[in-house]
Amino acid sequence: MATTLEAQHQSAETMSAPSEPLSQWQLVWRRFKKHRLGLASGYVIAFLVFLVVFADFLSPYYYGMHHRRLDFAPPTLIHFWDEKGTFSFQPFIYGIVAAKRDPITNLKVYGEDTSKKYPICFFCAGDPYRFLGLFPTNMHLFGTGEDSTSPGQIFLFGTDDFGRDLFSRTLIGGRVSISIGPLVLMVSLFLAVLFGGISGYYGGFVDLFLQRIIEILQAFPGLPLLIALGYVVHRLGLSPLMVFLGLVSILSLLGWGGLARILRGLILSLREQEFSLAAKAMGASDLRIIFRHLLPNTITVIIVTSTLAIPGLILTEAALSFLGLGISDPMTSWGQLLNVLQQQNIVNVFRFWPWLMIPGFFIIVAVLAFNFLGDALRDAFDPFSQQGR
Amino acid sequence: MLRPYKGKIMLNYIVRRLLYTIPTLLAISFVSFSVIHLAPGNFLTAQCAFNAQADLERCKTEAVRLGLDKPWYMRYWLWLEGILFKWDWGYSFENHRPVFDLILERLPITLLVTIPTFIFIWIVALPLGIYTSTHQYSLGDHTLTFFGFLGLSIPAFFFAYLLMYILVIYFGIVSVGGLFSQRFISAPWSWDRFVDYLQHLWPIVVVVGGSAVAGLMRIMRGQMLDITGSQYIKTARAKGLQERKVIYKHAVRNAINPMITIFGQSLNGLLSGSLITAIVLNIPNVERLLYEAILQKDDLVIMACLMLLALALLIGNLFADIALAFTDPRIRYD
Repeated sequence: MATTLEAQHQSAETMSAPSEPLSQWQLVWRRFKKHRLGLASGYVIAFLVFLVVFADFLSPYYYGMHHRRLDFAPPTLIHFWDEKGTFSFQPFIYGIVAAKRDPITNLKVYGEDTSKKYPICFFCAGDPYRFLGLFPTNMHLFGTGEDSTSPGQIFLFGTDDFGRDLFSRTLIGGRVSISIGPLVLMVSLFLAVLFGGISGYYGGFVDLFLQRIIEILQAFPGLPLLIALGYVVHRLGLSPLMVFLGLVSILSLLGWGGLARILRGLILSLREQEFSLAAKAMGASDLRIIFRHLLPNTITVIIVTSTLAIPGLILTEAALSFLGLGISDPMTSWGQLLNVLQQQNIVNVFRFWPWLMIPGFFIIVAVLAFNFLGDALRDAFDPFSQQGR
Repeated sequence: MLRPYKGKIMLNYIVRRLLYTIPTLLAISFVSFSVIHLAPGNFLTAQCAFNAQADLERCKTEAVRLGLDKPWYMRYWLWLEGILFKWDWGYSFENHRPVFDLILERLPITLLVTIPTFIFIWIVALPLGIYTSTHQYSLGDHTLTFFGFLGLSIPAFFFAYLLMYILVIYFGIVSVGGLFSQRFISAPWSWDRFVDYLQHLWPIVVVVGGSAVAGLMRIMRGQMLDITGSQYIKTARAKGLQERKVIYKHAVRNAINPMITIFGQSLNGLLSGSLITAIVLNIPNVERLLYEAILQKDDLVIMACLMLLALALLIGNLFADIALAFTDPRIRYD
């Protein structure tokens, strides 16, 4: 009996399979997959996250490691063929020497010392660190295995004004730049759901009051206020980690208004719809209605708005750190790495040390990827959207 | 018949909105004043911290003279009182000059940058938006869309450096940074000075307006696509109307409305862009004055600049709303 029922059930399933309605999320995923640029951006973001999570392993040096006398060293060339043209399967580098100073600019000119080869070793020992912040180790993906006084150093992106490896710093700096968006969003989402939800659901005086506050928040000249607050955070003499957390709280305190407004509008209209009236008629509590019936209906808007807010947050953090009012040494971020452009003579940077501008391209790639992703998600979630809008 | 009626409602609306700006500005001034005083130390701290004992006396009298011995809420009240009753914006601690004069000195520079930027944004973004929507999925559309996204994704300061890099290294142009060459800074207006101004202006305008152009272009494209897909456009085409008229008389006019609101909302972003560009490209405008004042803790200058910028934002938004009311008869005010 049971088996026949099961069989019947199965056959019914297979019969109806072609016309089986897809769930909302399946539809979204199907539409999202069609958006090639969005999908590619998703991979780019995943790759960037991979880079920053395993940053200490992927980078050859500890990011605060000073190489004395190797300030503003150019990116190291990686060789497969040596001077005589013999090929070696293992890539190698030549030692770096500060040959002389330029007679006009008095800046160091570096050259390669081709007398000695330094093979690049993989999975070899280097500066100690904690893998994923937990396991102490000193294994790096690549390096030369030489100590910091040896000329055999590998700087993929060159070094900065203190002789620190820019490649290692860029990877580590990405941790702040990539994580600040989601972190800020978590806090602002909490505030927005709380205040936007209350405002939209209860209306009346509370609503009016909260709306005025949001209006004032949004009438503030944004960056000047952030600069003033960043200055405050810096003058309080906090540790770099606290400065980072301070930055996160400042950005979220100033940023929740827009999201709260959107949520309020949605809840205002959802509240009047039959399903929530039905829930109310059945005696559901306010909290239950808000959390079980209203908020789940706003989730797509929340996801899209959040994704589209991340680029702005990354750019703001970059701008503040660039001005020296965000993340500060010894902690680093992509914006903070560009702070050197302000410290040094800019024409010297352009003419002699252009690699100092590399972190800026990481910002562009990350922001571009989040923009495309947000755009693709918006298209995917919008059932009325036509592709490519 | 309807015109005067609508006009009266509009006037009511404008007056009400103007009245709203007063409490908003008061709230902004109060919050800003308290924020500035969150940071430990004041204007004198840096000068007095390491001085010898003998100077302490002088530091004290100086603090009394500048009013820094009072608690911040007292000073806020004095500041507010001075402005409301005597139109006295106080003195700059740094260079002992009336704050109002300092601002008046920098304001023309801000306008010399801002007005061309606005013109640039509108005359570039709208045609590009229209073009990309009428040539949807063409090579030009894809290229412009890509550059639009790129423009949205470059930090303003980095864009400024990249532009400088290209101009300095590849074209050998040195007229980057500042708004005038050295010899024209305090010269009276002449043809040569105007040419010099234009040469310095365009990189600034491109950097400050770049992301706004990209954003508005994308929105204009979306608007145009929405509208050209609607019934009345089909009707217009079915009647045999010229395509040019369909686009410019029917579609563009309706697509522009939301743009005005969005432009009003993007003012804040423009301000951020011009602030950071002023720092990178060394433009002595109000935004830069504000930045320097924040770093020196020159409180009254910070306050005056913030108030000016907040007022500009509020008025800008108000103008956007009024412009919208004039172009879109469907909007109701109550």
